[in-house]
Amino acid sequence: MKKVFRRIAQFIATLLLAGFLGATLVRVAPGFGFDEQSLDPRFSAASQQALREQAQSDSNIFVFYAHYIGNLLHGDLGTSRILQRPVTELLKERLPVTIQTVIVGVLGGWFLGLGLALVNALFRFKPFDVFATVLSGIFLCIPIAALVVLFVYEGSPARYAVVLIVFPKVYRYSANLIGKSFDQLHILAARAKGLSRSRVLFSHILLPVAPQLLALAGVTVSLAFSAAIPVEAIADSPGVGQLAWQAALGRDLPVLVNVTLLVTAFTLIANSSAELISDIWARRA
Amino acid sequence: MRYARAAALAVLLFICVSCLFAELFAPAGYATQYRDSPDVAPSHRFILGTDELGRDRFSRLLYGGRVSLILAPTAAVISVLLAALIGGVSGYVGGWLEKSAMTLTDLFLSLPWLFLLIAVRAVMPLNTSPEVSMLITFSILGILGWAATARVLASAARDLRRSDFVLQAEAAGMRGWRLFVIQVLPNMKPILLAQFWVSIPIFIIAEANLGLLGLGVNEPMPSLGGLLRELENFSALSVEPWRFAPLILLVVVVSAFQIVLPEKENA
Repeated sequence: MKKVFRRIAQFIATLLLAGFLGATLVRVAPGFGFDEQSLDPRFSAASQQALREQAQSDSNIFVFYAHYIGNLLHGDLGTSRILQRPVTELLKERLPVTIQTVIVGVLGGWFLGLGLALVNALFRFKPFDVFATVLSGIFLCIPIAALVVLFVYEGSPARYAVVLIVFPKVYRYSANLIGKSFDQLHILAARAKGLSRSRVLFSHILLPVAPQLLALAGVTVSLAFSAAIPVEAIADSPGVGQLAWQAALGRDLPVLVNVTLLVTAFTLIANSSAELISDIWARRA
Repeated sequence: MRYARAAALAVLLFICVSCLFAELFAPAGYATQYRDSPDVAPSHRFILGTDELGRDRFSRLLYGGRVSLILAPTAAVISVLLAALIGGVSGYVGGWLEKSAMTLTDLFLSLPWLFLLIAVRAVMPLNTSPEVSMLITFSILGILGWAATARVLASAARDLRRSDFVLQAEAAGMRGWRLFVIQVLPNMKPILLAQFWVSIPIFIIAEANLGLLGLGVNEPMPSLGGLLRELENFSALSVEPWRFAPLILLVVVVSAFQIVLPEKENA
């Protein structure tokens, strides 16, 4: 229980720190404190004065941080400069698309990566090992954006490109982990006593390495979120990745920083959950 | 594997020499336009044809390769130095400094890399000269890419701090920075070098992703990422397969790096 509270405290501290970093990015960006509305002749002198006062109060960095974090805690993520809509509304609309991409990418990548690693460990067939290693090596060398272009060119759903970005990491890590486990003395002794490779793999290897594999699961979530940007930007899919890309091109920093913060929160939750489960698992084992 | 490594090294050397001495091998400058021959197919005159603006694709590929092959190692140097400063020093000093540095490292590692890159890239000016955009792009890669390396270096410095020879040096009266610079740092050199080599292909790929998203090096300066933007013209890809040349070069370069690096460094 103590560990859970420590993780929650760590999570909040990291998120706050990320919030400060995000606020600093917005604050130091060229053009901060300048509002196009102040040039609009339709605004009255009083409105323009209010805008100037708002900008002046935000020019004090500590006041700015307080405003930013206060608004964040009230769920106010600001308004998009390009789309002229509240960021919260935009995120509500777009998050499901991205989460779907991430789920497809992570599950598909794990199915393919772990599946190949298990087949490799069970049959120890050299050509298959070479094939899987070369295949994972190729996908490690292709930028995700180029992979998405190839998917779109072929007319395949672009979100499947995320599978091919997650798979090499999972394959290489799990194949390495399982391969090393087979060399352990107690495994060699079990094999010498006549236990089949499949029995050894499923009863004596997979359970002990599960915590390490779970830790990798958290990392793959972060990887899949990153991959969502090119997938959605190039394939014109209306998700958070596309929103972040449009915000970057249009220097819409409130959107960009809040989207990054949100994605960080998601990846932190995924990482912390994976680590917690792996801790509990390791203790029970 | 030894032969594969030798072959990869030969390929990498060949590409590096061709790109670094692009002036000698490229038939034209990267911005030279042949206005009478825009978008032409490969021929004796233009090995990979020309782009929509009539620029020789082969020449741009060599110059683009040069930008990536010079600046990715530069970014790797920046990131390794930062990692040595943050991870190496904190791991050596230990205590609250190490805990704080590792919390910062965790934060950086939990931020999705591409989100962080485009957020910071967007804060920097986008409408700049090609040279400035090139420096900004690779500086960002170097400055933001230190976290994973810092973790490795902190662990190495922590082990070295507890090692027998450091204890012996301490017993002999050596302390603080002198001990770090004379005893610890030289023993971290192999790890620093390994991390440097590992970072290069990562930065080449990151620049390619940024370039394809339009947040990399500005035109007319070519980079491997910028050249990949030609792939976005999907309808032209089937009739002009030579547009894949930058992608093929990128995959060959990154694969060669992966093969040349010893297995333990790749892992």
